[in-house]
Amino acid sequence: MSTPVYEARGIVRSYGSVSALQGAHFDVQPGEVCALIGDNGAGKSTLVRILSGAEQPDGGEILFEGRPLELSTPTDARSRGIETVFQDLALANHLDPIQNMYLGRELMKPGVLGRLGFMERSAMRDHGKEAFASLGATVRNFSGPVGGMSGGQRQAIAVARAAAWASKVIFLDEPTAALGVVQTKGVLDLIRRIRDKGIAVVLISHSMPEVLQVSDRVHVLRQGRRVAVYQAKQTNVEELVGAMTGALDGKEAA
Amino acid sequence: MSVQTQEPTAAEVEREARTPVSARVMAGLRAQAMQIVLVWLVIVIVFSAMSPDAFLDAANFRNIAISVSILAVLGVGTTFIIITGGIDLSMGSVLVFSGVVSSMVMQRLGDGQGWGVAIVGILVALASGLMWGLINGFLVAKAKVPPMIVTLGTFGAALGLALVLTGGIDLRAAPDVLVDSVGFGDVVGVPSLVIIATVVVVIGIVALHRSRFGLHTAAIGSNAEACRRVGINVDRQLIKVYAMAGLLAGLAGVLNLAFFRSTTIAGNSLTNLDVIAGVVIGGTSLFGGVGTVFGTVVGLLIPATLRNGFVILGVEPYWQQVVVGAFLITAVYFDQVRRAAANRGTTRRSALSRLTHRNRKDV
Repeated sequence: MSTPVYEARGIVRSYGSVSALQGAHFDVQPGEVCALIGDNGAGKSTLVRILSGAEQPDGGEILFEGRPLELSTPTDARSRGIETVFQDLALANHLDPIQNMYLGRELMKPGVLGRLGFMERSAMRDHGKEAFASLGATVRNFSGPVGGMSGGQRQAIAVARAAAWASKVIFLDEPTAALGVVQTKGVLDLIRRIRDKGIAVVLISHSMPEVLQVSDRVHVLRQGRRVAVYQAKQTNVEELVGAMTGALDGKEAA
Repeated sequence: MSVQTQEPTAAEVEREARTPVSARVMAGLRAQAMQIVLVWLVIVIVFSAMSPDAFLDAANFRNIAISVSILAVLGVGTTFIIITGGIDLSMGSVLVFSGVVSSMVMQRLGDGQGWGVAIVGILVALASGLMWGLINGFLVAKAKVPPMIVTLGTFGAALGLALVLTGGIDLRAAPDVLVDSVGFGDVVGVPSLVIIATVVVVIGIVALHRSRFGLHTAAIGSNAEACRRVGINVDRQLIKVYAMAGLLAGLAGVLNLAFFRSTTIAGNSLTNLDVIAGVVIGGTSLFGGVGTVFGTVVGLLIPATLRNGFVILGVEPYWQQVVVGAFLITAVYFDQVRRAAANRGTTRRSALSRLTHRNRKDV
């Protein structure tokens, strides 16, 4: 395999006496959907928070495009094209989809007007609509508050927003947890389209069938370590659950 | 819905092209600010019918506009604060404090007359308002003290300091030029106070709906955590909003001093509630995230118009308090209905539209 776009080696992180990660490895290739699974408390969320810059590891090494990287804030990660969609949406419900997409990254008018805080509203609207359309995220109403939209619509907007800015890696923390069957399919399709753009997708999920359906490789975390890596095509739910719970001997294939 | 499911894009595009106009009209009609304009018009029509000569008179509307001007200046800042999900109880006291400090400084400058003195006085009032706003903002954003407690504290502190400085006796020192031009002056028949308030309101409307500052204000009220995650400096934005509201309270202090030629120390203990009531009647949600400056102005006009009309009709003006109380509760009721509708995942914006139902398809 080629160089992973994003790689973690021996990440250690503890909270007081609780060690959440005890030397976890992780890697993801460009244009790959890589699932990250594990039981509650296995360290998935901690690992994602560290890789998205929200937390700093106590030890270990992070490599971005083969070079060591230190992230002190989520902004550091975003500036390198690493985006994260957290479990609880993180959209501003009173704003419309375009405003949400550009939140914190507004395009400002040039010159004095821009310095006074005026934005390129029409440009943002046009580019934003293009970005949603190119991902196949059907947003029906670009001028209404996202709070009035369905859970599926909102999740699609949250994922599309991250995908629009992510040039390298996107982390999705349980993107389908609260969705119905149809909406889940919509988000999974969205994930495939993001992958087809050459972006590395890291999917955290509890749903084994979903993981097997959409991902290329599956990383299994248990007790703060990566205990197994499977090719999604060559494994099954029983094997994954076995690795998660420790019933099977994992095969560390990094 | 069209039968041709093979070409959703064409249908989408077409719908995209035609929604804006109708959607905007509908959104406009559903917005509480517009509904409240209709309510105000009904009040005006009723009073006009009952007292065509006295009420329906340019001079009378001028009086109403003047009585709303100072509150509107305060209302702009308060609208921004409430949109962040906060509250400001201190603005009446800050107004008094700014007027007191300004008056004291102007009195001690030379003969206390002329534009030079007036300008220094204005700057002093703005600076003291800004100072209180910064204190509020810093305590809310950095010390994480709830806004209601912070501004309740500064409400008492600012008034208390004003009393300490004056010994409880109103100051009356203000340059004649300031009183004549700002307090009672007019430009082609429009009172200066109304012009100043209008300028502040227009700037407030543009800033809220067109600038990044306004967008971030609403975004913070909507979901502060989301703002932090996308790298918006939430604390700094909050401090800016409270500072702006303080600055406007300082400006209101100057206007108040120029109009009443008094620091009105005892007269502003309920100003905060009047302003908050106006903001809320105008459709700004106390839960943050959504609101309009225009609605606030109309929300302030309603109590002023009622008071004015009741006086003209010889109804005891105290009834105005009763009616405004009812308006306030009704306005918040509609806000709750709206929020409940939003939580159900519909786009219903008012109780009226609950009567209609449209099928909605999910993703």
